[in-house]
Amino acid sequence: MKLKTLLGTGVVALSLIATPAMAHRAWIKPSTTVVSGENEWITFDAAVANGIFMPDHFALGTDAISVTSPSGKAVEKQNAQKLHYRSVFDINLTEEGTYKVEIANQSLMAFWKDADGKRQMWPGRGKTGTLAEFNSAVPKQADGLQVVESSRRIDVFVTSGEPSEASVAPSGKGLELDGKTHPNDLYTGEEISLGFLMDGEAAANTHVTIVKDGEKYRDTDDAMKLTTDASGAIAVTFDEPGMYWLEAEFEDDNAKAPAQKRRGAFVLVMEVLSL
Amino acid sequence: MEFTFRKPTGVARKALFSLTVASVALMSGASQADELKVTLPRMSVAEYHAPYVAVWLADGKNKRVKDIAVWYDMEMENAKGEKWLKDLRLWWRRSGRSADMPLDGVSGATRRPGEHSIDLGNTFADIPAGEYTLNVEAARELGGREVVSVPVTLPVTSAQHQSADGESEIEKIELTLER
Repeated sequence: MKLKTLLGTGVVALSLIATPAMAHRAWIKPSTTVVSGENEWITFDAAVANGIFMPDHFALGTDAISVTSPSGKAVEKQNAQKLHYRSVFDINLTEEGTYKVEIANQSLMAFWKDADGKRQMWPGRGKTGTLAEFNSAVPKQADGLQVVESSRRIDVFVTSGEPSEASVAPSGKGLELDGKTHPNDLYTGEEISLGFLMDGEAAANTHVTIVKDGEKYRDTDDAMKLTTDASGAIAVTFDEPGMYWLEAEFEDDNAKAPAQKRRGAFVLVMEVLSL
Repeated sequence: MEFTFRKPTGVARKALFSLTVASVALMSGASQADELKVTLPRMSVAEYHAPYVAVWLADGKNKRVKDIAVWYDMEMENAKGEKWLKDLRLWWRRSGRSADMPLDGVSGATRRPGEHSIDLGNTFADIPAGEYTLNVEAARELGGREVVSVPVTLPVTSAQHQSADGESEIEKIELTLER
């Protein structure tokens, strides 16, 4: 872990508490990414666990999951239910094109030692830290104060009919796909270039991990580990069709004050198809 | 374009077939023999559903040049039969997903096992010279999916006869093009 070399092991433990989901693996996984017809449904799992895609840890709540239609309308999640190990919901695809299913958040995070030498962090688990709250909640003179501008995003795209571009276009916030390669047009045997943006700019040196479904039946996760080039892109070719989990992690010092570090995490579930 | 289910015993149908070919031949001067025969295998399965079938011409880069036939459950209410078009997954990527179904003169009802003839008179008339592939893809509910292809050289300057056998969902395809 990069943070370890930068800040020391003590802070690593804290950062795991601050972003529990990222210590494990989170996903929103659709039953399929490609449908045909004018009135089709796709059902989704949302979970956090260690093994891909084996929900045995905790459910990812569905409240924060947004669904956007090809024309940009908010789509209602149907039959949403938080189960013990996973959440489930359905969407009804009545427009042709690509839908975006996403959890995205941005937060300031701070770590410091208080007067008694005890480690403190802000905001609490699962909370979003704003600048206004930061100013009142965090002691600016605290020992070892580290402030991080953190963004997280968990995405999946599904398409009815022909893939469309609008919902794939980048938002300019946090770490995300650059929109140049369509995530619902991935096939075996073709070199796929996937580009990433951090706050709208090429996310060079982003660490990308890709794990194929069915980890449970392998001795290791057989992860592909890649690093983006100067243009923020990786090139990858898939030999086997299936569902894949991708996580990208970005970090640099190019943060806006009061933050010293800028960190982005991005998860994408991709379906690679064969022809 | 006209597709005719050539049924050896159906006199009326046979008459219709010759009439159609004759009129096409008259219009284009094309030979009567330009056709693709697609043979769908008989299956000894408990629950048989006629396969979805797509026939299309692709160029050297696998790009769809022309859709020739798409046989699916087009008669179902509310276009429900389109739900399984994606299972013709090669055609779906190359053509189907960007098409507005049903395709005029291309879409047709599913066919039962046996030999089916697709009249190709005039089909390739407007296509630039080059080497192409004629693809036939079949996908069946509770069954499998298969693609069988034959090469096509356009324009047709000498008689072409190509055939290819499938292994599961397509028994055989046979292309005949005369000058």
